[in-house]
Amino acid sequence: MEKGQALPKGVTAAVLRINGEDHPVVFPTHHTLLEVLREECALTGTKHGCELGECGACAVLVDGEAVLSCLQLAAAVNDRPIDTVEGLQQDNDLHPLQAAFADFGAAQCGYCTPGILMVACALLERNPNPTEDEIYEALSGNLCRCTGYNRIVTAVRWAAAMARGDDWRPPEEDFFGTSVPVGDG
Amino acid sequence: MARALSNPPESAREPDEDYRLIGTPFRRVDGRAKVTGQTRFADDVNFPRMAYVKLVRSTVPHARIKNIDFSAALAMEGVLGTLVGTELPDTFGILPVSEDEHALAFDTVRFVGDPVAAIAAVSEDIAHAAALAVDVDYDILPTIGSFEEALKTPEPRIHDYGDEGNIHKKVSMKFGAVEKGFEEADVILEDTCYFEGNTHLAIEQHAALAVPEDRDRVTVYSSTQTPHYVHRALTKVLGLPPSRIRVIACSNGGGFGGKSDPFNHEMVVAKLALKIGRPCKVTLTREEVFYCHRGRHPVLMNIKTGFKKDGTITSQHLRTALDGGAFGSYGVASTYYTGALQTTTYKIPNYWFEGARAFTNKPPCGPKRGHGTPQPRFAFEVHLDKAAHELGIDPAELRLRNLQPPDSVTANWLRIGSIGLGECIEAVVKGSGWKERYGKLPQGKGLGLACGAYLCGAGLPIYWNHMPQSGVQLKLDRSGCVAVFCGETEIGQGSDSVLAAIVAEVLGIELADIRLCVGDTDLTPVDLGSYSSRVTMMVGQAALQAAERARDTVAKAVASHLDVPEAELVFAGRRVFPASDPEAGMDFNEAVVVAEAQFGTLGTTGSYIPPRAPGRYRGCGVGPSPTYSYSAAVVEVDVDEETGIYDVTHVWMAHEIGRAINPVLVLGQVEGSIYMGLGEAMMEEHVFRRLPKRLSPALVHKMPSLLEYKSPGFHDMPEITSYLIESNDERAPMGAKEVGQGPLLPMMPAVANAVFDAVGVRVDQVPVQPDLVLKGLQAKAKGRDARVGPTKFPAVDYGPPLEVLTPEQGGDGRASDDPKHRAGVRSASGTMKEREAALKERRSATLTTR
Repeated sequence: MEKGQALPKGVTAAVLRINGEDHPVVFPTHHTLLEVLREECALTGTKHGCELGECGACAVLVDGEAVLSCLQLAAAVNDRPIDTVEGLQQDNDLHPLQAAFADFGAAQCGYCTPGILMVACALLERNPNPTEDEIYEALSGNLCRCTGYNRIVTAVRWAAAMARGDDWRPPEEDFFGTSVPVGDG
Repeated sequence: MARALSNPPESAREPDEDYRLIGTPFRRVDGRAKVTGQTRFADDVNFPRMAYVKLVRSTVPHARIKNIDFSAALAMEGVLGTLVGTELPDTFGILPVSEDEHALAFDTVRFVGDPVAAIAAVSEDIAHAAALAVDVDYDILPTIGSFEEALKTPEPRIHDYGDEGNIHKKVSMKFGAVEKGFEEADVILEDTCYFEGNTHLAIEQHAALAVPEDRDRVTVYSSTQTPHYVHRALTKVLGLPPSRIRVIACSNGGGFGGKSDPFNHEMVVAKLALKIGRPCKVTLTREEVFYCHRGRHPVLMNIKTGFKKDGTITSQHLRTALDGGAFGSYGVASTYYTGALQTTTYKIPNYWFEGARAFTNKPPCGPKRGHGTPQPRFAFEVHLDKAAHELGIDPAELRLRNLQPPDSVTANWLRIGSIGLGECIEAVVKGSGWKERYGKLPQGKGLGLACGAYLCGAGLPIYWNHMPQSGVQLKLDRSGCVAVFCGETEIGQGSDSVLAAIVAEVLGIELADIRLCVGDTDLTPVDLGSYSSRVTMMVGQAALQAAERARDTVAKAVASHLDVPEAELVFAGRRVFPASDPEAGMDFNEAVVVAEAQFGTLGTTGSYIPPRAPGRYRGCGVGPSPTYSYSAAVVEVDVDEETGIYDVTHVWMAHEIGRAINPVLVLGQVEGSIYMGLGEAMMEEHVFRRLPKRLSPALVHKMPSLLEYKSPGFHDMPEITSYLIESNDERAPMGAKEVGQGPLLPMMPAVANAVFDAVGVRVDQVPVQPDLVLKGLQAKAKGRDARVGPTKFPAVDYGPPLEVLTPEQGGDGRASDDPKHRAGVRSASGTMKEREAALKERRSATLTTR
């Protein structure tokens, strides 16, 4: 903004720090972080499923904590680092969470995936070796309609193991199905 | 190895002798895009100068529109245009027999949420404010809120067509000697059951974006499972040649059947884009998605079955009553589907099905995962559980005794292929320890078993034609990249991966050597869409044919180049080589160079049309499929007898997949079906709130939000044990059957049966909610019947049945010759064509707008 040139009422100018990069943006002050990310910054990886804080699809990290971007005014976070799904990969390598989700069928339609990845990312940042219960708990604010959830939890465990350099992997039946029992059972 | 998993599982299993890629877990081809945010869903597509569209929706359930006042909206800065129903007078609808929808209400609104007008503006905020400022004046009509009300209230009619009054469709079909079958029975059981409506709840809200390209040419991006049918509907409504309309199906953020209809909002953005000359986008709010609906029909059912002492089924009579909501949608097919697949699991020698669908002033019902089949399957499988107890036969054993044989034709003339149901039942029985544990667990804990069968694609297209139901084109060139063009639509189920894997397998190349172009009505050959579990079967067969033709062409050229017999050539490891001398071969891209030099530009096509089904009677078009998939489940529950609250603690599910193309994706569909089935079984209900008539005619959704419409979350999931039964069905591509819908079917009855085993309470309705379980427990404690569920079935006149001899009776698939039977049930108001002619006359009497 030129010095002295006033913004119209109800409009905010800010430099958002997203995925370690500065994004100078001008937006209606009442717009949520979700809207500003998608509409002003062209970062459409962050999704919306309700815009009422019910589904978790829009989760991003603010100061490393998972935040529902549909309930967060962008104007209120213009001085804090924001991370979205677009910033997860390192150069051209997928984050272990991304690799595990892609390989393990933890993303089907992929629409709830960015939000779940970001919540899981925040979890692994604070707890590199979460128990299954801790993963269920951390993700319980996210809805997924495709997978039936269990596969997502296992994928997070797998990613956590990969990130720690541990060679734990999901059991074979999660890739092929359980061997059909034989005999009289 | 094709694109291997970054961290492939170490498998103790024998590698498949026939295939390198098929049957091995691989990263889905769209996997990377989906975890990096690169996948573009419809709302992620943007264009310069794009306008935002909002629909003005009816606030009343049934009324004539008197006037629409846009004056306050038009006074707003930034409003670019408006649209009303009279500007798009042509009707549309997914089924040719019920094209009863207008892009915007023409003169009548039929449910709260029915779109009345549309506003385009420079921003979503302005469009929203302007839409709220539109003032619509209504003449209120009586509200019809249920099947029973529709039956009792023939006037006013919600639609001016249908079988009678507000009954949209009536069906009565009798196969075999039904009465004689009941006479021969030792035990006859009768049950009345209810299945509540529920909705898809895809996390992606529907969105559509229309881009005008000339005065009479437009491209529409949409979250649709059926771009071809949207293309047809747009052609009709816009009155443009089909060659001027391009529909691009974006990846769907979940479909489950909820994005299979052509929708108002797609018609509206296309028209507005052509009217104002700017790209126009609409994205529905979550509340609007609830009102779009097209979900599971609420169905009341009465089922009566005769059994011999040994459990053999002698006859069945099934009656269904569907609450269809305000429009036809897929409803005629849904009505038939509440009876059609009943015969596919167990042998029913004599079968009478009667079904009726009512119009009501609620959002239209349509196809949700399982389409019309879960409701009667619930009734049947609960009914069988009761029969097992009555006859003193183990429920698993009762089912095994009645299995429909493979390679057979059912009483209602469905041709059955391979059947893995027996193996499925045995797998879950052994896995769950059924024989040791069923009926023997401590009070409060129980097991329930149920089965199901589903289509691998509907045998007939939605509109009558002789063209392929799926087409695939391949383009090969000297780069070695194979471009695959197909109209299929990725809705998360993995259709892109099936398509790419089959082509890569046949040509011996890697998934990364394939470029897909899908779901684009201008660029890709027609595929009818992602519905009826048809994609693996039909797209798979078309892809197989196109790839085999490409392989044959390349082989011919390489054979003459190397001077070896064509039949000796192997396509594997991105190479083409003689089996006897692999070193003598060449890389795949060199082989394509040889072929391109010999034959010129290379391209092949593949098509698929399902085999003709043996039925020849009116209504025989619903139910046939090239083959059927089978599933069996055992569910374990833990019921708290103080509250009726229960947990599902473990699910054993066996699914006969034929062959798993990618077992990880197959398991994902199995687990997703278990999850969605649990939601339906335990909590999901698409229900409406009505005020006392003297106060208001309103009939609104009780809970149109993700928070209040209860669906299972992370904490609600049980432990799951999945078995994949491979039968390698010769009717299916590489033996692969469907998995998207079948495994959902056993879940609802298995839960109800498990609750009975746990606490002795029968809940004959879905969802099996804790308060119903508690009601049953309280009745039981007082020594009364511990059954909860509907007790009455309305007196519906289904009309005279169409009588069809079964194959066992020596029938030929046709209805008996009696002309009254041959005609079936005649619509009281003529054909759709006659109706349209009448509607055209009414167009002169337009509503007033300011």
